[in-house]
Amino acid sequence: MKAYLTRRYWFSASHRLNCASMSAEENRSVYGKCNNPHGHGHNYALEVTVGGAVDPRTGMVCNLADLDAFVQERILDRFGHENLNTLSEFKDLVPTTENLCVALYDILERGFRHAQIDKVRMEETMLNSFEYAGGREIRT
Amino acid sequence: MVYLTRKAEFSASHYYHSPDMTPEENQRLFGKCNNPHGHGHNYTLEVTVKGSVDARSGFVVDLKQLKEIMNREVIDVLDHRFLNKEIAEFQDQIPTTENLAINIWNRLKPKLSLATLHRVRVYETPELFVDYYGEA
Repeated sequence: MKAYLTRRYWFSASHRLNCASMSAEENRSVYGKCNNPHGHGHNYALEVTVGGAVDPRTGMVCNLADLDAFVQERILDRFGHENLNTLSEFKDLVPTTENLCVALYDILERGFRHAQIDKVRMEETMLNSFEYAGGREIRT
Repeated sequence: MVYLTRKAEFSASHYYHSPDMTPEENQRLFGKCNNPHGHGHNYTLEVTVKGSVDARSGFVVDLKQLKEIMNREVIDVLDHRFLNKEIAEFQDQIPTTENLAINIWNRLKPKLSLATLHRVRVYETPELFVDYYGEA
């Protein structure tokens, strides 16, 4: 019996949206306020959904403590209170929340061994959110 | 493929009444919602688009443009309106949240060349929402 479990985390970080292959005018026109050279920040909400068979002994898809420990060490400790532009993931990639969502999915997909990563959902603000499921279609 | 969801709010009034039913049937089926003077809700609209992330900009869609389209095509049209009386489609269609979600999809779909419209979700209250994916 397959079930899906979603855990929600928070971290705060800054970024600046600026594409090296665009002119200064083009960057300002594409990114608007987000192109401010000093950067700006968000409280990002991160939702990680894992899916799998419910273990008949534990009644769990995966032990939440394992997921929490992984996310803490590999994501929150690395991305929290950082300037995203300074991280290796964004050396040649603009740290939009689209790209951040894909980068965090990839970290989870490659490293987390206790359950299958179904989806990553990120809220950049109360009004904007982003979802990525490794390129798979998402129904809801 | 990344999915992006943008939220917006509008407030409007409506009532439920079917001309094909007797007043008693309308009252029985729709209850308080049948009050012809209307009642209102604070609606929350969530529009989800999908697409590949542009290799240069890192965007699925320009959020500013999406916001402008949502404001122009939906919020400016529906906000602070009596849906039954002021929105043409609801002259002969009951403005249920189901029909409202479909109506909003139909307003947005032809205007969204930026990305693929994936889902329209309309919350009538925080406890009740309808999803429409453009399915017939």
